[in-house]
Amino acid sequence: MATANAKEVLMSPLLENNPIALQILGVCSALAVTTQLSVTLVMCVALTMVTAFSNLFISSIRNHMPSSIRIIIQMTIIASLVITVDQFLQAFAFEISKSLSVFVGLIITNCIVMGRAEAFAMKNPPMISFLDGIGNGLGYSLILVSVASVRELFGSGSLLGFEIMPLVENGGWYQGNGLMLLSPSAFFIIGFLIWALRTKRKEQVEAKEYRMAPHVQSESPI
Amino acid sequence: MSSNSKDSIKSTLVVTLLLCVVCSIVVSSAAVILKPRQDANRILDRNKNILAAAGLYDAEVNSDDEVAELFSQFTPRLIDIRSGELLSDNAVEQLGIDVTIYDQRLVINDPELSQTIPTELDEAKIKRRALYQMVYLVGQEDQLDTIVLPISGYGLWGILYGYLALEGDANTVKGLAFYELKETPGLGAEVRNPRWTALWPGKKVFTPDGDVGLSVVKGAGSGQYEIDGVAGATLTSRGVDDMLKYWLGENGFGPFLKGLAES
Repeated sequence: MATANAKEVLMSPLLENNPIALQILGVCSALAVTTQLSVTLVMCVALTMVTAFSNLFISSIRNHMPSSIRIIIQMTIIASLVITVDQFLQAFAFEISKSLSVFVGLIITNCIVMGRAEAFAMKNPPMISFLDGIGNGLGYSLILVSVASVRELFGSGSLLGFEIMPLVENGGWYQGNGLMLLSPSAFFIIGFLIWALRTKRKEQVEAKEYRMAPHVQSESPI
Repeated sequence: MSSNSKDSIKSTLVVTLLLCVVCSIVVSSAAVILKPRQDANRILDRNKNILAAAGLYDAEVNSDDEVAELFSQFTPRLIDIRSGELLSDNAVEQLGIDVTIYDQRLVINDPELSQTIPTELDEAKIKRRALYQMVYLVGQEDQLDTIVLPISGYGLWGILYGYLALEGDANTVKGLAFYELKETPGLGAEVRNPRWTALWPGKKVFTPDGDVGLSVVKGAGSGQYEIDGVAGATLTSRGVDDMLKYWLGENGFGPFLKGLAES
């Protein structure tokens, strides 16, 4: 890890080592905040900021962190950052902070932030950790934005609030797909994305952990 | 990295203390510095919702700057929900309430300013209510033009909060706007669709007998009291109907509205 270079750290979380698609972290918020693209974008910016700065701060004090309380210290730093971000959203993006509601607060428990702090920032110098946070935030954003585009387009017939396919309710021709507006659709879309990604990049397919035993007739009667 | 000194009890305590101090300074200064802006946002948002209910504001037409001017015609007044009487300025002062910032949703757990609604009366399923509710009036007290009432009630997933605007006769609906809800997007959340709220203006609230006639019905709503429910959102529609029955009824704003209609 000592040889980690900036470009690699920044770019590899996008496709090679995507936090959602490969590490399967942070899926919870990917289900909840992807019905509207505009809300998703703010969530992505918020998460990227939090991951980057938590990595930066944690990495800069990593050599002074008593190992017995390091998780608590990480949580404190992350929680403080999340509250600060939340306060900023309420002050400067009130409408969107209303629709994000609790999910900004839940960044605290987002596995990506904790995961990067523990896996990367604890072992690497501050600047490269900061970039790692940005990279992973972008990886998260890439998946979220794709999911949100599909959901908003097929669910509400619009993108970023601009009408693309006029809905039947508003006198158009497109019958909105109700499933797209419900959380389970994000599961399907993420599933398809992972499938596409692993078809293209075979190395992401995990080795089988077990093999189904062949179905054999038992010799002695049960 | 491998030194033991950072793991000693003393350095553990020092690190913890320093971290707590730094983090609390960051968090509290963010909260304090940004508070005026956040409060301004909240009030702007509330005013927009009130104007929207009264049919005076459209996000696509009006800018934020116009809101203050449009809202200036409204007089915020406090009602004692138990008696249905408007409180005089003196009474409000005695209660220590500032009407420009008072929020009936924030006092809901304050035992002095709110009460539990008995289950059998709690048609809107909101459990508790503030004793003093803000209403927004346009016009002189003896000749009102618009009355905006706060309403809330349980839908399918959570409580819906909104404003119902009535004409000065305290009996004709002027408009309805929900500003907070947790209903399913595309189904229950369609109570915010302008096409649905357009069904409301002109409907009557009270029957000649004095009962709440205004209702949301399944299927084709007809006549001067009934409104078509939202298609595919039976439970949300029922929730809206329940909150009308509660807030316009005898235990809600009913006495206040009837008092206005008589005077």
